[in-house]
Amino acid sequence: MRIIKDREIIEDAWVHLCDEALPADGKVTVPLNRWLVERDELLCRDGEIGVRLNCEALDELDGLSADLGKIQLVVLEIPKFTDGRVFSMARLLRDRYGFREEIRVLGDFLYDQMFYLERVGVNAFEYHGPESLEDALHAFITFSVNYQQAIDGPGLIQRRGREI
Amino acid sequence: MYSYDEQDQTVVDERAAQYRDQTRRYFAGKLTEEQFLPLRLQNGLYIQRHAPMLRIAVPYGHLSAKQLRMIAHIARTYDKGYVHFTTRQNIQLNWPTVEDSPAILEDLASVQMHCIQTSGNCIRNTTSDPLAGVCKDEIEDPRPYCEIIRQWSTLHPEFAFLPRKFKIAVTGAPVDRAAVRVHDIGLRLVKNDRNDIGFEVIVGGGLGRTPIIGQVIRDFLPKRYLLSYLDAILRVYNLKGRRDNKFKARIKILLKEMGLDSFRDAVEAEWQQIRDDFPLEEETIQWYRSRFIQPDYDPDAPIEHWAEHRQQDPAFAAWYAHNTVEHKMPGYRVVFLSLKPPGVAPGDMTSDQLDSVAELSEHYSFGVTRTTHTQNLVFADVRQLDLYDLWLALSELNLATANVGKLTDMICCPGLDYCALANASSISVADDIYARFDNFDYLYDLGDIRVNLSGCMNGCGHHSVGHIGILGVDKKGEEWYQVTIGGSSGDDATLGDRLGPAVAKDKVADTIEAIIETYVDQRKEDESFLATVRRIGVQPFKERVYANH
Repeated sequence: MRIIKDREIIEDAWVHLCDEALPADGKVTVPLNRWLVERDELLCRDGEIGVRLNCEALDELDGLSADLGKIQLVVLEIPKFTDGRVFSMARLLRDRYGFREEIRVLGDFLYDQMFYLERVGVNAFEYHGPESLEDALHAFITFSVNYQQAIDGPGLIQRRGREI
Repeated sequence: MYSYDEQDQTVVDERAAQYRDQTRRYFAGKLTEEQFLPLRLQNGLYIQRHAPMLRIAVPYGHLSAKQLRMIAHIARTYDKGYVHFTTRQNIQLNWPTVEDSPAILEDLASVQMHCIQTSGNCIRNTTSDPLAGVCKDEIEDPRPYCEIIRQWSTLHPEFAFLPRKFKIAVTGAPVDRAAVRVHDIGLRLVKNDRNDIGFEVIVGGGLGRTPIIGQVIRDFLPKRYLLSYLDAILRVYNLKGRRDNKFKARIKILLKEMGLDSFRDAVEAEWQQIRDDFPLEEETIQWYRSRFIQPDYDPDAPIEHWAEHRQQDPAFAAWYAHNTVEHKMPGYRVVFLSLKPPGVAPGDMTSDQLDSVAELSEHYSFGVTRTTHTQNLVFADVRQLDLYDLWLALSELNLATANVGKLTDMICCPGLDYCALANASSISVADDIYARFDNFDYLYDLGDIRVNLSGCMNGCGHHSVGHIGILGVDKKGEEWYQVTIGGSSGDDATLGDRLGPAVAKDKVADTIEAIIETYVDQRKEDESFLATVRRIGVQPFKERVYANH
């Protein structure tokens, strides 16, 4: 499947599992509740591992935080494009928990939200239209000025009146 | 007022381009109705009863002459030649089309204006004291902070899809003219015991169907932490605010459900993690101050109280007494333009009036006009020497009705005549009341009385904090009105008490008359309406109003 990652279209090898058997190798993601039960087994296998969180998982973020160094992908599942909790969760993952690997969104989000999502730390998008992936790349250059601080650094406000 | 630099201009230009593309995709079927909804709302476009409604942001109520002329042009070109000023200091067009809306946004951007986040579940326009910078009692001019908050909230990537709308008001004066206690966040510039200036932070106020007075969650916030503290409040709200029920989604409900202490603890804990991440340095604040073009006051402006003219001309005397107030600079005075003449929907203005006001503002008030949350306009910097000429000019324009702060200076939402949410009309009820109180001497004798009308419980007309509040409700297809008394949005912010059962539309004016007669009978000397209600309670009013029912 083709996705957008770091502002490029790439062929993606991650497989999202629910309760299917674990393949011996390859990149797989599991939902948080499976991760919590099968953590050791998942870490022993040969292959990268990702964890999928939904917006209800906020309280578990703390529980996952100690393990963030062991996983290569966090997937934020967006149940409804109007549910803005995902924006804070992504930012907390980056700012508070220092997660440096891939943060990906999947689910119900709009082309029009990708600019915001990137600014709070999401760097990969399983985008399914209606725009083509090529057109969707334009989302990131909708605005060239950012007033406020986000994951991409200090905002224009803080730079004003100062030499930064 | 604040003047954009190139980067500010880029933001509004890029926003207009983004919206044009969104509208194109909507008409091309690439965005569903449901998907387009929050996108157009965050550009001020509602679909209303008869037509779309477009709400234009007027940051903390400041408008240049050029901007006023553009509003006049837009209202003429894309609408029916008039506009409506709102209780959040904004401007609404009542009849634009969706197809024209991208062009309107481009026209607005050309004069440093926009509709960004004027509706939708996001941080709305920042409002303030209409006398900011010119009143004598101010601790500090709040406007640079208003502008900083405007920019911080503009396209904030984390807080564009909140549980519900979010409104912030800032005031720099001890006397609250910005209704900070009925906002999601109210900020008051205060001095601490070390004489440092910072903010008192009030959270969880709001009107609407569950009106609540906000509570202080921090007595003193150093300016340096303004933005990190706002981020902390918004993050707690974004993550914990209810999303299961639109009517319980405002931050006031979260605060109520968590309790003040645990809400405060959550905010403070969040803030401790980020407080030093993006401080607001003094030189940054200074930069914002410097972007406000200050009026070039004449230090030798003559003092002129117009004593003789006032003696000879009672109409001028009344206007001087009720529609002008003191200015911090000697030789200057603040002038209110009443948008509440008889026979006009409260807060409405025509394009011709807007053009004329633009010209008068250039001639008499350094080219700036301000809007107030009570739906009037202000010329903040008028030379006393010019007052008589200005009064003549405003009278010609029907903008000098000497009723500011009086009973007929009603706050009124558009109501059933325009609004898709309304249950009942408000403008025609305001008309009925107006007709009963057309004697100015009687009005002045009654003193300051705030009458607020809303056509539904969403409360755009701020009925719950009116000294007299009137709320339109639908009873089996008929318009009825619930009346409250004793509310206030000022320093003593209070929600009004219900008088009794709702009254029929044709009885509203009678009811208001009975309330006023009770006040006149019961008041002690110069006691105000509000003070009388506070002293004697609702009962005497209730008895009189319902005596004949």
